[in-house]
Amino acid sequence: MESFLSRFKNALVLIVILLLQTIALATQVHRAADPLHPDGQHVRLIRLWAAAIIAPFERTTSATGHQVRGAWANYVALRSVRQQNLDLQRQIAQLRLERAALSEDALEAHRLSALLNFKQHYAAVTVVAQVVGTSGSEQSRLLTLDKGWHDGLHPGMPVVTPDGIVGKLRDVFPSTSQLLLISDGTSGAGVMLQSSRTRAVLRGTPQGRIIINNLTSDPRIKPGEQVLTSGGDLVYPRGLPVGTIEAIGADREHPPYITITLKPAANLMQLEEVLVITGTSEGLSPQTEQELAADAAMTHAADIGAERLPSLHDKSGGESPADPNAGADPAMPPSSDSTNLTPHPKPVLHPDRYSPGTVPPAGSLTPGAPRH
Amino acid sequence: MATRSYTSRRELEEYHFNPFVVIAVPIALIVLQAFLPKVFPRLLILDLPLIAVIFFAVGRRNPIFGALTGSAIGLLQDALTGQPIGVNGIAKSVIGYAASSIGVQVDVENFLTRVLMNFGFCILQSILLFFINRILLGRPEYHLLWFHELLRAGVNTLVALPLFLSLDHVKQRE
Repeated sequence: MESFLSRFKNALVLIVILLLQTIALATQVHRAADPLHPDGQHVRLIRLWAAAIIAPFERTTSATGHQVRGAWANYVALRSVRQQNLDLQRQIAQLRLERAALSEDALEAHRLSALLNFKQHYAAVTVVAQVVGTSGSEQSRLLTLDKGWHDGLHPGMPVVTPDGIVGKLRDVFPSTSQLLLISDGTSGAGVMLQSSRTRAVLRGTPQGRIIINNLTSDPRIKPGEQVLTSGGDLVYPRGLPVGTIEAIGADREHPPYITITLKPAANLMQLEEVLVITGTSEGLSPQTEQELAADAAMTHAADIGAERLPSLHDKSGGESPADPNAGADPAMPPSSDSTNLTPHPKPVLHPDRYSPGTVPPAGSLTPGAPRH
Repeated sequence: MATRSYTSRRELEEYHFNPFVVIAVPIALIVLQAFLPKVFPRLLILDLPLIAVIFFAVGRRNPIFGALTGSAIGLLQDALTGQPIGVNGIAKSVIGYAASSIGVQVDVENFLTRVLMNFGFCILQSILLFFINRILLGRPEYHLLWFHELLRAGVNTLVALPLFLSLDHVKQRE
């Protein structure tokens, strides 16, 4: 027995190591039922220790990189800033106009959804976090953020950028957290195709692609169509951009269905800063509502002013608006200015007692007097 | 006169490493592995912890040490990912054991041996990860993309050669 153990010592040690890890794997797969807590307590501890070992180095490296890039950006690469500033100011002016035009629609949509008792969640509170590291593996699309539960983060919180959704928090540690990207093989999200309004479930693949499957073929679904969050997963607020349809193909594993490949709206490969949505509200914030109302009022006033401009109604060219009967165009809609544009009937060819002007005013008539 | 055998090769060429080096080098490589793809996303194809496992395993020429080193590095790597802990641990334990066993048999200082060894172990790890994901974790959507795996093995071999040369300086003959 002793000779057997000494002869196969190496192989036996390897078998024990593999067996222990296989049992650990089986335990983790068996326990992964709660999506908010995918790991057991012991596994979470191991991840916490690993994060505690690696995170300080990642933070230092990331901070050094930021300082170098900041020094370059703030002191060296400032040559085109003046022109860029002018361009941005023009862009802001343009965006203000667009926002004013859209705000009235937004308010109306909000009123209608309130009428329908439709509960929509808006991103109310967000925390800005910086990406300091990755998982370092192609099999796991995971990023390390520099904020943890000390900053109010919790597992399952959605993470977005101004371009679109990015993923959700997986494990949250005291000062760091793990962001599971939507391209990870274990990710999923409820989505809606913008033009066809088809609802579906998005998921990542082990190769890092984002796909939608289990959909029946529909001619309305075309490449380039926008995909938004549906809010049905109770993680991502409704209406956030997810990406655009890149390709549509047959689902080889489930023949009647199609597989849609998405191009993410956010650049998942090079994220620097992200927003973690720590709180949602069922309505717009008072400040946002005030801003939208102000914009809408401005648009309304501009519209009224534009309608009253004479040039808009003076299509016949040269005709005086003071004499509406002179050039009355029956095709033209009546103006809102009723003082100048009261309709007058044309003179009749054969007047009778019903014709305008043949009946004396009511004030000159005597009750009971015979009719002439 | 002493007879030369594979056992004597092991005794003659077994190296010792400073404990600080055994801990610091794998951690440094894991940190690099986690940080580099943030700046250059294409570098996700690298597997620097695997290179560390191969280097220390063939240096020590002790299969138990190789398996334990591979296991420790793999588990630490797993802890940083979203995968169940043990996926890389199992794969790298086998790689560490195999690399140590090969280190006893052949001259691992040779340039060609290093090329073949790194390339072969990288492919072996891809196959092990495929089986772990498909069979142990039951993930049918996990596929082995051969061209990608060959490319990964080639890139890792290219990185491993200069890394091995620089790490040769931390070896201490027993």
